[in-house]
Amino acid sequence: MYLVWSFALCYGVLLIKGERGQRALFVLPAFLFTIAMVIFPLIFSVYISLHDWNLSAFEGQKFSGLDNFRALLGDEYYWNSMLNMVYYLLAILVEYAIAFGLALLLNAQIVARKFFRVAFLLPLMLSPVAVSWMIGKSLMEYRFGPAATLARQLGWETPAFFSTTEIARISMMILDAWTFIPFMMIMLLAGLQALSKEVIEAAKIDGATGWQHFWKITFPLMLPVSITTTVIRIIFKLKMADIVINVTSGGPGGATDTVTSFIFREYRDRSNVGYGTMMAVVYLIIIVILMTFLLKLLNRWMQKVT
Amino acid sequence: MNETFRGVNIIVYRILIYGGLLFWAFLCLFPIFWTVTTSFKTAVNVTQGHLIPWIDFIPKWIGLRSLGLSPETIFEISTVRDEFLKRFVNSAITSVSASTLAVILGSLAAYGLSRFEYKLGIFKNSDISFFFLSQMILPPVVLALPFLVLYRELALLDTTTGLIMLYALMVLPIVIWIMRDQFSTIPLELEEAGLVDGLSIWGVFLRIVLPISFPGIVAAFILCLVLSWNEYFFAALLTSADAKTLPVMVASQTGSQGINWWSMAALSTAAIAPLVIIGIILESYIVKGLSTGAVK
Repeated sequence: MYLVWSFALCYGVLLIKGERGQRALFVLPAFLFTIAMVIFPLIFSVYISLHDWNLSAFEGQKFSGLDNFRALLGDEYYWNSMLNMVYYLLAILVEYAIAFGLALLLNAQIVARKFFRVAFLLPLMLSPVAVSWMIGKSLMEYRFGPAATLARQLGWETPAFFSTTEIARISMMILDAWTFIPFMMIMLLAGLQALSKEVIEAAKIDGATGWQHFWKITFPLMLPVSITTTVIRIIFKLKMADIVINVTSGGPGGATDTVTSFIFREYRDRSNVGYGTMMAVVYLIIIVILMTFLLKLLNRWMQKVT
Repeated sequence: MNETFRGVNIIVYRILIYGGLLFWAFLCLFPIFWTVTTSFKTAVNVTQGHLIPWIDFIPKWIGLRSLGLSPETIFEISTVRDEFLKRFVNSAITSVSASTLAVILGSLAAYGLSRFEYKLGIFKNSDISFFFLSQMILPPVVLALPFLVLYRELALLDTTTGLIMLYALMVLPIVIWIMRDQFSTIPLELEEAGLVDGLSIWGVFLRIVLPISFPGIVAAFILCLVLSWNEYFFAALLTSADAKTLPVMVASQTGSQGINWWSMAALSTAAIAPLVIIGIILESYIVKGLSTGAVK
């Protein structure tokens, strides 16, 4: 239905406006596609979220106003997963530091750079589900996973990576970092390679040591790239779910839950569409507010610095 | 005296650099190595922590056999193999068509946005761009449940078409982002020359702009491919039997079986192998795709 209508619209535009219509035709398909796939479902999701709607229940939907929202306010697990998101977001700082270090190493005069670049890139290419089995469920397996064995040899008696709250959370962070550090590294590396050689040469002649040189010259020059990278990383982090779903399903006691994985289980285990959607909508609102705030702040800060 | 000191210093510095590089390369490669080799291990080898093939343990076709793909079982009838191949083909079809769709829609839009002035009510070019790019922020979970209900109504649940449309939507902003950068590096004079020669706008786009920006298109396409091949969340929610993709199959195995290590390892290997190969061959394109936008 919508398809037919949008084709007709495109064709109509072409007929009416001639050349200007031809120009519009470049953007219109993507525009209509996005509207159909995003705006409409979004409106629909607000509708769902105001209903008491369980797909497995017999009686179907029932309007319940803000009941879902009230339930959400009192839902400890939901807010707990929000809190986890804060921890996960903080981990980005560490990821950033490691990624920057690796980018610097790759940017140094080394042989076999191609090999290292490919090797460093590979984790990004792997499917999170496979990663969660490869590392989460086998390498970190309690009894005979190599990582556990190594940990035993290093003196940790009971290397259970996923059974206590803090350790499980850190393990998840490591897993997620493993896949996404390559991404940050490559963006930072591109930034490093674009730095002008003259500035660096000039600094060398001035006799700056490596450490000073980094903090006084490289780091400030890399600031814009760093910010882009970090913002994109935050966006990806907010969507993090696959690994959590597959390795711990949020346990122990919701310690590793991200908001997305929590909602996923709410649907899969309870088919509770209405409540799940309400949680998702609230999450979206929080994200939008957070991102707008963050971008504004960064913009202002950048203007002050440069 | 001072000279030798400096020489030693440089050597230490080199060792540190290579040490760091090798350490991280090990961290990146070991899990892959472990998974591939585990698919050839028997239970004893796994429990005793044997690592290196032919020295620690003797590789067997045990993982591939469990999928019906080992040399001696490849000609026999195997339901597991049929299941696996079906998922594999599903994944391939879904990700390739979604990426194609996204690249077509995305590069058209990106070209339009980088060349022409639009007005849609109060919205101008930058607003439209922002509208597209802001889709990246949208967490998939917000869309997932409405789509579940909608697809049920439209009979698109558990179909490849439904998944393709969703994946295309998911990667569209990335395509637009990369392609807009690509197009803005093409000199305008080239296109004007084309227009003078009597080509229409579409002629210029198809004959001049597209060939020049081909590397960018490849980069965008590969990124899309990677993302949609690996996608798990939507696939897990929206497919159950027919359109199920490989990641969902891998995930469903982790829960049910205790320690069927070799078959899990073989499955994981199969799930990552295409991308590892793509990654090794087309590494420079991926790097290029990721680094657009980083530097402006």
